[in-house]
Amino acid sequence: MAKVLMKGNEAIAEAAIQAGCRYFFGYPITPQNEIPAYMAKMLPKVGGSFIQAESEVSAINMVYGAAGAGGRVMTSSSSPGISLKQEGISYIAGAELPCLIVNIVRGGPGLGGIQPAQSDYFQAVKGGGHGDYRVVVLAPAGIQEMADLVIDAFDIADRYRNPVMIMGDGMLGQMMEPVEFAKKEVTISEKPWATIGNKEGKPRNIINSLFLDTQDMENHVLKLFEKYKEIEKNEVRVECYNCEDAEIIIAAYGTTARIAKNVIQKAGAQGIKVGLIRPITLWPFPTDVFKKWAEADHVKSFLTVEMSMGQMIEDVRLSIKDTKPVHFYGRTGGMVPLPGDLLKEIIKIRGEK
Amino acid sequence: MAKVFEKPKALTGKPNHYCPGCTHGIVHRLVAEAIDDLGIRENTVGVAPVGCAVLAYEYFNVDMHEAAHGRAPAVATGIKRVLPDNVVFTYQGDGDLASIGTAEIVHAANRGEKLTTIFINNAIYGMTGGQMAPTSLLGQVTATSPYGRSAETEGHPIRMSEMLATIEGTAYVERVSLHDIKNILKAKKAIKKAFEVQIAGKGFAMVEILSTCPTNWGMAPAEALKWVKDNMIPYYPLGVKKEVV
Ligand SMILES: Cc1ncc(C[n+]2csc(CCOP(=O)(O)OP(=O)(O)O)c2C)c(N)n1
Ligand code: SF4
Repeated sequence: MAKVLMKGNEAIAEAAIQAGCRYFFGYPITPQNEIPAYMAKMLPKVGGSFIQAESEVSAINMVYGAAGAGGRVMTSSSSPGISLKQEGISYIAGAELPCLIVNIVRGGPGLGGIQPAQSDYFQAVKGGGHGDYRVVVLAPAGIQEMADLVIDAFDIADRYRNPVMIMGDGMLGQMMEPVEFAKKEVTISEKPWATIGNKEGKPRNIINSLFLDTQDMENHVLKLFEKYKEIEKNEVRVECYNCEDAEIIIAAYGTTARIAKNVIQKAGAQGIKVGLIRPITLWPFPTDVFKKWAEADHVKSFLTVEMSMGQMIEDVRLSIKDTKPVHFYGRTGGMVPLPGDLLKEIIKIRGEK
Repeated sequence: MAKVFEKPKALTGKPNHYCPGCTHGIVHRLVAEAIDDLGIRENTVGVAPVGCAVLAYEYFNVDMHEAAHGRAPAVATGIKRVLPDNVVFTYQGDGDLASIGTAEIVHAANRGEKLTTIFINNAIYGMTGGQMAPTSLLGQVTATSPYGRSAETEGHPIRMSEMLATIEGTAYVERVSLHDIKNILKAKKAIKKAFEVQIAGKGFAMVEILSTCPTNWGMAPAEALKWVKDNMIPYYPLGVKKEVV
């Protein structure tokens, strides 16, 4: 299939349909409105079902029902809407159901703004909803990667029976880039646990996250965490760029990683060796990769760049156990770091050492 | 005669946890009998609420999905969209349906979702220990209306059946009671009808069942049934509120 020029949000929707997603439940919010609009147009044509729900709370609970019935299902929203979806995400994780949740992050807290941000990192990777659970969080940095990750996200969700989130931002959602959809044969795994009707002689299927007995509850969580350990072992994705001889390594994902790459070249031209570690999975976090580079003598310090007041920086510091200085540069509230300002920050850090 | 005591196939037979004299048990049986009568057990998916019936998934012998508090109609909507040929029902209390889940029930009805909702109106929150429900009567003393519900500060009890009857997508809604045998038989017919309406694809169907919570009302079971008759029915008139033919 030839490359087509597409907005990030549309690429997400098209990729989902190609991945066999047939159910979408959402509620309008900027800057992700192209996703539901695309699904509303395309799903009826492929025998699927689209609902503009009465709220994000309802939308995620429709996802919960559809996932329980064995459907390949997704929802998308932006920050305030994702806050409302946390109830359902917790239930879906607790009941071990697969689904895709897309968050095209905007500035906050509160109603915030509609411009790109990365300030939902904590909410996405540290839980967000109540209870002991994890969501796999994927952070694309371009439109092609966005499309590819959507397809992978459904498979990861099915493999582990766990919700998967794609974290983008308004920039990635709105910008256009050429994208190619590798027409893969989709094979959706059997779901013998789904509630499709209890045929005589078959065990009854129950989708549930209630465990009134404390030992049962603990056992359930322990089982979830066995699964999370497997995910941490198998699913970490990360890109390392220019790290081989870097004296400063930038840690950034999504839009800020794109800016960082640009600045790394500018810095190189001035003789400053800067590398980039770009987590593609925010959870599981690429801890070992950070640890490895922190042990290299040529790496003097790290610089975390985020469109927030500094959230991922905590995972960077935990990963390298503060064996090297970890600096921070960020803009927030919908402001995007300017390459020139980031370069100045790098020069300043270099002078400090 | 023996048939009366036979366990419906749509019940697992697991002894339930409901208090003595609680009408949840009767409703479970009526729902299960309707499922058996219609021969839909293998094709039915039930959605359990949060409330005293939270463990309904252990009692109904059909595939079950346990929803979050109030969200059963949204969960059921998701199920029904994936399985349009299945029969999907929700079982919800008055806190679940008439308070925290009002948006979900109103919009499921408004979309005309082909679902059956069994709505237990016992005028109180049973599970959490007898707090005021939106359906608690004026003057009713509860844990959170210790001086009796006042219209001034808590508003009037909400009539969900009448409200949902105004919605285009609602195909059938009836209010029934369980305070005597005659009314139990009427309730049984209404529940069966609510499934038939779904199967015929007519739209959203709900049966509101005036029920008792002897424990939190602080009454003996017989006294509680009398309270339904004397106090609830005058405010919540029985009968069909809407039927699309
Ligand atoms: C989000 C949320 N809020 C509150 C609760 C606590 N809670 C559990 S059951 C219930 C009320 C149930 O009352 P009702 O729906 O009338 O059912 P009943 O117990 O009377 O059958 C409440 C408030 C909860 N589980 N989840
Ligand atoms: S608390 Fe009330 S509603 Fe709950 S089981 Fe007991 S009597 Fe029934």
